[in-house]
Amino acid sequence: DNEPEKNDGESERPLQRKAQKPKKRKQEDTGRDSRQGKKFVSGVRLIQKFKRKEEMSKSRHKHHKLKRLIAQSEDASKMAQNQAARFDLLLPEDEGFLEGDEGEDTCTISQEDIANAVDISASAKYFNLKLSQFGPYRLDYSKTGQHLLLGGRRGHIACLDWQSKQLMCEINVLESVNDVKWLHSESMYAVAQKKWLYIYDSNGIELHCIRKFNDVLRMQFLPYHFLLATASATSFLQYLDVSVGKEVAAICTKSGRLDVMCQNPYNAIIHLGHPNGTVTLWSPNQKEALVKMLCHQGGVRSVSVDKTGTYMVTSGMDKKLKVYDIRAFKPLKSYFLPTGASCLSLSQRGLLSAATGDVVQVYRDVWSTPVTKPYMAHRVRGAVWGIHFCPFEDVLGVGHGDGFTSMLVPGAGEPNFDGLDANPYRSAKQRQEWEVKALLEKIQPQLISLDPNKLGEVDRATFEQKHQDRIEALGFDPLEKQKFVPRFKKKGRSSAGAVERRKKQVAHEDQREVIKKSIEDKMRTEKEQKQKNSKASAVSKQKSALDRFRK
Amino acid sequence: QVGRSSIRKDFTAVSGAVRYDDDDGEEEDLNPEISADEEEANEEDERKRNKLVQAISSMGGGHRSTRLEERSEAVIQVSEFGVNAVGEGSKIELSDLIPTATKKAQKQIETLQRGRKTLDTPLSRLLPDINSQQNLTIQNQRAEQLLFPLNQEPSGPKPMEHVVTAWKARTPLEQEIFALLNANKQPIHNPVLTPAEEESIKAMSLEEAKIRRAELQKSRALQSYYEAKARRERKIKSKKYHKVHNKAKRKEMLKQFDEMVKTNPEAALEELKKLEMARMQERMSLKHQNSGKWAKSKAIMAKYDEDARKAMQQQLELNKDLTQKVVTALNNDEEEDNEEEEGTEEVLPDFVNDAEKAENVANPWMRGKLTEEEQEEEKISMMVDEAVVIEESSEEEEEVNGEEALLREFENRRQRRKEEENQMADQDEEEEEDVVAEDELSEFTSIIRGLKEKPEELIVDNSMPLVEGLTRIQTFEDAENLDLEMSENIKDDVTEIVQLEETTKEPSPKKAKKRKRNIELKEVLTKEAKVVNVPLKFTTEEAEEEDLEDEIHQRGLIKEAFAGDDVVSDFLKEKRKQEAAGKPKVIDLTLPGWGEWGGLGLKPSKNKRRKFRIKTGPVVQRKDSKLPEVIMSEQRDKSITPHQVSSLPFPFDNHTQFESTIRCPLGRTWNSEKTVKKVTQAKVVTQLGAIIEPMGREELKKSQQNASHQKSQSQTATNQKKAQPERRKKQAQKRKKHRE
Repeated sequence: DNEPEKNDGESERPLQRKAQKPKKRKQEDTGRDSRQGKKFVSGVRLIQKFKRKEEMSKSRHKHHKLKRLIAQSEDASKMAQNQAARFDLLLPEDEGFLEGDEGEDTCTISQEDIANAVDISASAKYFNLKLSQFGPYRLDYSKTGQHLLLGGRRGHIACLDWQSKQLMCEINVLESVNDVKWLHSESMYAVAQKKWLYIYDSNGIELHCIRKFNDVLRMQFLPYHFLLATASATSFLQYLDVSVGKEVAAICTKSGRLDVMCQNPYNAIIHLGHPNGTVTLWSPNQKEALVKMLCHQGGVRSVSVDKTGTYMVTSGMDKKLKVYDIRAFKPLKSYFLPTGASCLSLSQRGLLSAATGDVVQVYRDVWSTPVTKPYMAHRVRGAVWGIHFCPFEDVLGVGHGDGFTSMLVPGAGEPNFDGLDANPYRSAKQRQEWEVKALLEKIQPQLISLDPNKLGEVDRATFEQKHQDRIEALGFDPLEKQKFVPRFKKKGRSSAGAVERRKKQVAHEDQREVIKKSIEDKMRTEKEQKQKNSKASAVSKQKSALDRFRK
Repeated sequence: QVGRSSIRKDFTAVSGAVRYDDDDGEEEDLNPEISADEEEANEEDERKRNKLVQAISSMGGGHRSTRLEERSEAVIQVSEFGVNAVGEGSKIELSDLIPTATKKAQKQIETLQRGRKTLDTPLSRLLPDINSQQNLTIQNQRAEQLLFPLNQEPSGPKPMEHVVTAWKARTPLEQEIFALLNANKQPIHNPVLTPAEEESIKAMSLEEAKIRRAELQKSRALQSYYEAKARRERKIKSKKYHKVHNKAKRKEMLKQFDEMVKTNPEAALEELKKLEMARMQERMSLKHQNSGKWAKSKAIMAKYDEDARKAMQQQLELNKDLTQKVVTALNNDEEEDNEEEEGTEEVLPDFVNDAEKAENVANPWMRGKLTEEEQEEEKISMMVDEAVVIEESSEEEEEVNGEEALLREFENRRQRRKEEENQMADQDEEEEEDVVAEDELSEFTSIIRGLKEKPEELIVDNSMPLVEGLTRIQTFEDAENLDLEMSENIKDDVTEIVQLEETTKEPSPKKAKKRKRNIELKEVLTKEAKVVNVPLKFTTEEAEEEDLEDEIHQRGLIKEAFAGDDVVSDFLKEKRKQEAAGKPKVIDLTLPGWGEWGGLGLKPSKNKRRKFRIKTGPVVQRKDSKLPEVIMSEQRDKSITPHQVSSLPFPFDNHTQFESTIRCPLGRTWNSEKTVKKVTQAKVVTQLGAIIEPMGREELKKSQQNASHQKSQSQTATNQKKAQPERRKKQAQKRKKHRE
């Protein structure tokens, strides 16, 4: 009975998961914001979830065209909301989670036990690659989660379809490798080597050597902008547009060696960690940091931002793990890890994995509830060098000194994938089509800012400027309402009292008409009502012969 | 004839001489200018002339008018031809203008005259037509989509009814079947419902309508007597009465609320919110805080006057009562949680004037003095109820708008009212009907309530509270020394906090400025380190495998680790620098020696310097002014501006309107297919190759029909709710009329 009770095939595909749902979990997951409750939730909350804008407050007088326009847009948004809520039914899958026996800690359950408990295809996702020769390894999963890229410190690069364990290519670049990153699809990847940045295709053929990017230590790829952001030892943050091969921006951060980097998937802002305990936020459009936060007393070792762009998790040399609300730049939680975390990674469903030395710990809900112990823990051989959750799978990839370990972490991956965005099952043809579409929908780097909704706002500064120009050209403000200045009259008729009286005569002239009209309407309706009533009463008041005996 | 004469007369007006115009061409010129001396001779002439005229006129036949009108008065306006004075004489006929009218010509003229009709101005004829079309035009202008050609047959499968009606039974077999169907009252043309079914449906709707009507009537009646009651109460001028009344009301509400907590927690939650709001407002306002004019005057007198003191005391008490938190089972849970978390924290009053909070406030004896007045309050409520009963029958005017709200209110008060309903037996018939319908209603409304309130219960705020949980302030060293187990004595904690406060108060005077901001940077960095248990102790074998590079890196790391001490001060320095850079600069334009003595060792006077110092701009609050550990860039990101809209498009008045309309995404990535289609539909759709005819009259008719149809439909829809009884009334009236 020591065997852990495991709910559904963690990394199995959605359909199987649902079939195996044990009953017990219902009691278990009350504390979590699980999707399971969702299905039984009424429409109201669902609709609330898809709300994109607040309803407009209704102002008094509006142009009739404006009224119509607003009504139409409101209708459309309401319809979109309802439809989206309605289609939410079509996403029936929950992420699973691990549940121990009574009194059993989930973090004591070993990977072997989990692998034994789950079905074959899921258990096949727990494996070790013993690559002790060229380690330690950094790794990256492709956007669909089907492909894995491994980069050994001593020049070994391998990319593979990790589920079928099919090797796509394996090369040794005979140079030290700092970081590896998939580009927009699994056909290309970038490798930050000792001196330059290289781009290879999935067959291992070198496509480009980019001499403008030297001494790159860390890379991030912004998939919707087709930008490869690199952080170098020379303290330069550079952006490469991989769709046209141009350098978009090169920013000197003036803060030394940049070896801590992550991106905010919500707004494509790059977060950099620095040895002076600060985390800085960058966009390619500004030469200075958008935000600089002091997070740790020692240097920052790792940063990670969650999928929704709400939380940032940092770990530093002061052995602390901190959770920030990155929208408000406020600290939420702070944890003390006996041995500070060297690598952090957040999964799609908000699990946090932290590597402390050779132990990988996974935490659940670090931001909402104070956590005292990890959800899962696993010891790998050798110090952890890279850590990454696999998208759409309950799998955590760990690159370490002795190779690569694929861990099973129930509840990590998003169970419902968006087939138009990242389809794990896409064919080559579909991939090509997706690529074309994605290129057409590429977002320009100019649009990167802290608030991704900024594009939908009116540019007020320019508006003001234009308005000012107009005022200057015209000599008066066309939008301004002119104030009534009473004319000066002689013979004492411009006494203060008289002036006030005259002002009163024209005061609220615009409103007067409205009021008058409304009053007239009211009177008319009243009159009509009266007439109607009198008629009705006249009809009903026909006297009968017996009425005379009434008192 | 008249015309001719008038022409003649007009000619005279012009020439100043009388001119006789004859059809036959006879013309006589007579000179009327006669000197005064020859008056007698003149008279003679006159006589002769008259004779002559008579003779001529007798010669020419009787049809010519003999009446000659002479101009006798001066006229301002003389017509173009000098023919006529305004308003004098009559119309010019066509025949008048033709001097010699042969019989033939005369006839022609007559026929012409007979066939003459006046033509209207061109537009006035079309005007009603245009007016009738205007509606359609506006409709088309406002339509989200127009499909051309207009009268298109809808493609796709037709509804079954249409197909069936077009088809007729021909073969004997078919006819036989139809006969059978007819005999059994089975539907033939409208195959969806049998007559029986339709009837049943109608019956259903009737029933529903009845229920609905009963409810509405009830609510109307209720409204009317509530109104009456309110009116009556408003008129009462006694302050004392209102005081007592308000108190009673409050008491009653609390009582009700307590009941509601047990029976209907959702509604109670709402109520609680309201109470909380009222309390908040009370706490915000200066009411009952002895700060008003009256209170001040009393305060002066308080030394000597017992009553004044008492009055002030009373006011304070009132304030206390009003700001008392309502404690129920609903918020008990939360509070318990809070207490668990806070543990050592003392229970402090929220407001200066508040009393110390009693622990067991749910106990009515601890809640205040209100319990004393309970009896009186009950009496009042009884009185009110009676009054309501009396007035119930009197007023029955409806206000359709508030019906829904009233229904809700009605629900809330139903239980209280039930007793009264029983007393209402002596009321009008309609009232009785209501009572009869009561049972049905209660079921009905309970269903409604069930439907309405379930979702409310489930609207839970999605956003996670950003409040920190248990926060324990510790220094960095403390955190390091901590063992893995966190269960410590509370006392220790408290002392720790005190220590920490002492230590943080000490450091550099630079931070004195920061202190104002509530959040101390050092505290932020060092506070609350929750130690995490890790089951697996990590091994430090990594050092064995390290490279030279790694060693270098490691050394760097160590250095970095020790650099941590002045991290905070560095950051603060930087922040201050940024703040200083952002501040508006002061430009000093004083020139020494101007307007006063200059030279070595002389400084321009303070007054002068003040005069010539120019401030460049207003102080703008930085975005990060409330976040001590954050520096935010104040630069404006200009790169996005070319992509943004910089001027408001036509109908919009302000930014928010426009931004809200473009807020929702249109693309397929974010929307369902149906939405995308709706949102991106073309304004005008034409069928390829089809001829688009101009809009004909039949379109107009159709649109009018549609409009009227819709109107009638909507009317029936609204009427149905209250329909049937009224209809019956009307029918009864009609019958009455017939009989009479």
